[in-house]
Amino acid sequence: MIHIIDYGAGNLGSIVNMVNFIGGKCELTNDPDVIINATKLILPGVGHFDHGMQKLYESGLIPILEKKVNVEKIPILGICLGAQMMCNNSEEGEIQGLGWFDATVKKFNSEMHNIRIPHMGWNNVEAKKDTQLSTVNSKEQRFYFVHSYYMETTNEDLIMYSTKYGDEFVSGLNNNNIYACQFHPEKSHKYGIELMKNFLLL
Amino acid sequence: MSYFRVIPILLLKGEGLVKTINFKTPTYIGDPINAVKIFNQKEVDELMLFDIEASVKKSEPKYDWIQDIVSESFMPIGYGGGITNIEQVKRIFDLGVEKVVLNTSSINLDLIQKAASIYGSQSIVVCIDVKKTLFGKKGCFYKSGKEKIKMSPSEWAIKVVEAGAGEIIIQSIDNEGTMKGYDIELTKSVSEVVNVPVVASGGAGNLNDIKNVINDGRASAVAAGSIFVYKGKQKGILINYPTREELDKISF
Repeated sequence: MIHIIDYGAGNLGSIVNMVNFIGGKCELTNDPDVIINATKLILPGVGHFDHGMQKLYESGLIPILEKKVNVEKIPILGICLGAQMMCNNSEEGEIQGLGWFDATVKKFNSEMHNIRIPHMGWNNVEAKKDTQLSTVNSKEQRFYFVHSYYMETTNEDLIMYSTKYGDEFVSGLNNNNIYACQFHPEKSHKYGIELMKNFLLL
Repeated sequence: MSYFRVIPILLLKGEGLVKTINFKTPTYIGDPINAVKIFNQKEVDELMLFDIEASVKKSEPKYDWIQDIVSESFMPIGYGGGITNIEQVKRIFDLGVEKVVLNTSSINLDLIQKAASIYGSQSIVVCIDVKKTLFGKKGCFYKSGKEKIKMSPSEWAIKVVEAGAGEIIIQSIDNEGTMKGYDIELTKSVSEVVNVPVVASGGAGNLNDIKNVINDGRASAVAAGSIFVYKGKQKGILINYPTREELDKISF
């Protein structure tokens, strides 16, 4: 059973559809009593960083999430804004992130690289290290992206995926049980199905 | 490398899928769910679903229909038609749709702003329908091409992007369904003045048209209807989509 954290900032329908499609069970929840017993979590999110963090603070779930993720070390997957919120902070807002990754979130520089923002569409994703989700030997993978900000870290060991848009940027982070994807696996056809299946198997 | 998106547009009228020419003479194409299933198998980049009579009839979006489609589709879906308020926007996102597309309601800049502040600009798309007016100028229209906005396409695009739209579909009513190529000048006039992705729509007849509007019109993506539902000169109905190899050939 995967519990999808429903804190009021995200498009959850497509994640539920995906988990159901690959034969998993999932439940949307913002109930601390449910999350305390969860064995696997997804932290979704779309929209503004501060809006997302604000909603997550208001939900009162953060202490429970920290216990589940950092103490019990259950697998968790952050998607898009959910992934960014796992970082220390973001140029998009003022509120502190969860700080699960020693990473920060920056805005694409459209002038320097002559790129349009948001980065919207399919792009190649290169695995930078072997994880339970994919290995560096994986064939070329394509995923769907929609974002204006990207994650950045100086700790290369954390980098799970990288992608090129103007410059190369971090499209996935991983530290033990914590997985963060900038792209949307729930909307990425067979590549997304594969990744989500691997997460389901964890 | 970043590929441009090639987006089939499916037009819904009543319970069926239709294709129009210049926004007129809707021809029945088939069952929409079946078409979506085929597009899903063909791994299309993204799909746009437009209910072409909802705004004119002032009817609600067909939520059950949208739900049936998104629960089977593992590609981004945009939906447009009959959206007039933020509650409807919420309901559509809750179904698992990625983007809402506003045309008639885009004249309500407050709705764009509100929706973008909650769901992020990236999920709010404004479709600008353009046709030549009596005086030969290109004007912006809404309500299925029936009502006019007193601004040029580029002025209107700037306005809606300021309000929070994260993507513009620039659709030529004059070219729609004709398969004679995109309005490249029109597309360029908009893509030059905004920094958000611009999707060209209306007129695609072959892959070369797509290549041209990407290169010369500076579109970030293309949308099309006829070429994905018709095959051959006789316009036999066949849901189709180019292969990755075919698309790579027109990439640069």
